[in-house]
Amino acid sequence: MSENPKDAAVTTPAQSAGAQLTKDAGPGDVLLKVTGLQKHFPIRKGLLQRQVGAVRAVDGLDFEVRAGETLGVVGESGCGKSTMGRLITRLLEPTAGTVEFQGKDITHLDAGGMRPMRRDVQMIFQDPYSSLNPRHTVGTIVGAPFRLQGVQPEGGVKKEVQRILSVVGLNPEHYNRYPHEFSGGQRQRIGIARALALNPKLVVADEPVSALDVSIQAQVVNLLDDLQQELGLTYVIIAHDLSVVRHVSDRIAVMYLGKIVELADRESLYKAPMHPYTKALMSAVPIPDPKRRGVKSERILLKGDVPSPISPPSGCRFHTRCWKATEICRTTEPALVELKPGQRVACHHPENFEDQAPQETVLLSAAKEAAELVPEAVLEESAETSAAVAAEVSEPPQEVSDPPEDVSEPPRDTDDK
Amino acid sequence: MSKPVKAALGEPAGVAPSDADDAFLSVRDLRIHFNTDDGLVKSVDGVSFDVRRGKTLGIVGESGSGKSVTSLGVMGLHRSANAKVSGEVWLDGQELIAADPDEVRRLRGRKMAMIFQDPLSAMHPYYTVGQQIVEAYRVHHDVSKKVAKQRAVEMLDRVGIPEPNKRVDGYPHEFSGGMRQRAMIAMALVNNPELLIADEPTTALDVTVQAQILDLIRDLQKEFGSAVIMITHDLGVVAEMADDLLVMYGGRCVERGPAESVFSEPRHPYTWGLLGSMPRLDREETDRLIPIKGSPPSLINLPEGCAFNPRCPYADIPKDNVTRTVRPELTEVGGRHWAACHMTQEQRQRIWTEEIAPKL
Ligand SMILES: Nc1ncnc2c1ncn2[C@@H]1O[C@H](COP(=O)(O)OP(=O)(O)OP(=O)(O)O)[C@@H](O)[C@H]1O
Ligand SMILES: Nc1ncnc2c1ncn2[C@@H]1O[C@H](COP(=O)(O)OP(=O)(O)O)[C@@H](O)[C@H]1O
Ligand code: SF4
Ligand code: SF4
Ligand SMILES: [Mg+2]
Ligand SMILES: [Mg+2]
Repeated sequence: MSENPKDAAVTTPAQSAGAQLTKDAGPGDVLLKVTGLQKHFPIRKGLLQRQVGAVRAVDGLDFEVRAGETLGVVGESGCGKSTMGRLITRLLEPTAGTVEFQGKDITHLDAGGMRPMRRDVQMIFQDPYSSLNPRHTVGTIVGAPFRLQGVQPEGGVKKEVQRILSVVGLNPEHYNRYPHEFSGGQRQRIGIARALALNPKLVVADEPVSALDVSIQAQVVNLLDDLQQELGLTYVIIAHDLSVVRHVSDRIAVMYLGKIVELADRESLYKAPMHPYTKALMSAVPIPDPKRRGVKSERILLKGDVPSPISPPSGCRFHTRCWKATEICRTTEPALVELKPGQRVACHHPENFEDQAPQETVLLSAAKEAAELVPEAVLEESAETSAAVAAEVSEPPQEVSDPPEDVSEPPRDTDDK
Repeated sequence: MSKPVKAALGEPAGVAPSDADDAFLSVRDLRIHFNTDDGLVKSVDGVSFDVRRGKTLGIVGESGSGKSVTSLGVMGLHRSANAKVSGEVWLDGQELIAADPDEVRRLRGRKMAMIFQDPLSAMHPYYTVGQQIVEAYRVHHDVSKKVAKQRAVEMLDRVGIPEPNKRVDGYPHEFSGGMRQRAMIAMALVNNPELLIADEPTTALDVTVQAQILDLIRDLQKEFGSAVIMITHDLGVVAEMADDLLVMYGGRCVERGPAESVFSEPRHPYTWGLLGSMPRLDREETDRLIPIKGSPPSLINLPEGCAFNPRCPYADIPKDNVTRTVRPELTEVGGRHWAACHMTQEQRQRIWTEEIAPKL
């Protein structure tokens, strides 16, 4: 959603990924920087409420958001997207890690210290129904930030609120109406108006359109786009819909079980995803074109469900479902590293790139099962970058050498749970 | 029970003639109206369609357009005092609207079954998944509990639940969302229904789980040759599953036809709007989406004439303001392809090729 997304996305190495880091607050500068961010929710049991474990909702995130850009965050339900959003807006206290806004560490600011910050960082919520107080008028709701911050706009609060209402495409005369008198799309506009009231720099939107009908989604997406252009806003947009995320984002972070597994500019991510999970996620999106039906050759089905964030798998968290997993994936967590300019990936055997652990040549048995759900064409592509997959794929329909191994294991249902 | 004869196709007003006499399910001019404190809600107002064995009909539309009410109507689940149901529902040669409720109840679960968006609403929290599948099976089969339980395990295995003989004794809340959906599918399919209605079966699920479930439904359909109705608001899902497509707006069908032609040559402005509103992964990204202005209508006060007229950019094209006074009937616009719009064939063709198609 930047001025010219196309130009920004197809970059040569020199221009890409944080090449211009030092100026102050100009477009492209780092506005928000997150390091080692964690949030573990304790699980307590018994009379004494002893802590017996923790939900590792967010488990070590590193990323930055640059002024004027839109960072999209995708991932499946429960992977920690909303928790991340609430951490960077400081609605939640992190368990560990730091959040810097405009170069200032805001991780441990108290309410007083956060106060000026609250103007600059705003949040839009998923549910346009429950996020607005039904007993307050639109005027009260959108005007609340002025009161809370003790800001007296020129010309008075009412006038300013009415101006903002017209900015988001609502009728200023609706000032005295109540939320229930509006449709879902209009309510989401009220939420957006409230977020914009104090002219923030960063807006974190958690599933801003997923509760809306498709036709209304498009209205809200276009509105967010217009507002960014007019007001120079920076967005973090959290969504599970990969088509929406591609449409709105300049860069995209893919999360799995509390971690970022891939962070890349939009073009690279969608054209040549490097993390196997990203690839699987994208292949699962149904394409609205019946002619492509039956072209099942591209769809990667994943085995089973996402594991629990209470005891995530060791090493790479995706190793229980990944068709490329080798021993190192089980034992060693891959770091999120920039393998290509503008594309960071946490994987030992990335797709579309050189193998990072070529010495690993034996697939885990879980990976062999996972591979049964992966189309031939995908396996062959994977084999190009993974010695272990290559060994499996190239193995001719074996005659005598190793039938026992495969037979001894039940082909399915070995989900270790 | 006297045996009425299925209405000749295309006879009652508002009925889109069908193609197939071999339809397994034929719905004719179905109307379901509810008396409420606010007024009469015309949730379904003259909808007709056919589904053949082994084929899938996709029903799409915005929320509140009448998709779920239509499907519950087919299942005979609208017999409450405030509901007025009329029209005909023919299932394998038998008419159900006028049929004895007990007879319809017997068919439900055996000949026709339903999968809902929210599995928790369809499963009882206090009984194990196995008990519920056993119950569903024994209603229609005179077998011992032991045999039925064996069948339940078999079905759970069939829908890809790991360790089915352990899981069969688990409670719904112990299952993840995707597994619950599988368990409900197992329950719906335990009697090998010939008609399966899936109402937003994957809307609450993640894409990767959705892919698993759609794959499962497709496989089972292939295996049993069932007729399937797939209700969704996701055009991607219908494109993947449906042979035929029915687009609903304001309780009525505004366009229907073979999925391929509805996607490649849509003929109703609302369908254009749906396609334009949606970002697509399979295309170069567009700078802007083309939303439909305004919001969906209230089914109590549907706009006069074409219900879509307040939101339609072309409402002034048909002459004499007819769009705002006369309700357009479905007319044939291509092979087995019908649309309800006052514009002429030429006008629609021109707008589609010049204005809409290039922007999609
Ligand atoms: N207050 C809390 N106490 C305990 N666990 C929590 C709490 N909030 C979130 N969690 C858990 O943390 C994990 C991440 O939750 P989060 O809401 O961030 O997911 P999400 O990615 O936003 O998912 P969705 O797409 O469903 O919104 C989940 O396992 C969730 O159950
Ligand atoms: N039992 C009922 N009583 C009154 N109105 C109902 C009832 N069930 C559904 N409706 C109304 O019928 C319309 C269509 O609903 P539905 O078929 O559920 O829509 P959808 O297309 O989202 O599935 C809605 O306006 C809904 O409020
Ligand atoms: S190849 Fe290994 S590191 Fe990469 S995603 Fe698969 S399991 Fe994780
Ligand atoms: S009948 Fe008129 S309002 Fe309705 S879709 Fe056609 S042009 Fe638009
Ligand atoms: Mg969330
Ligand atoms: Mg519904």
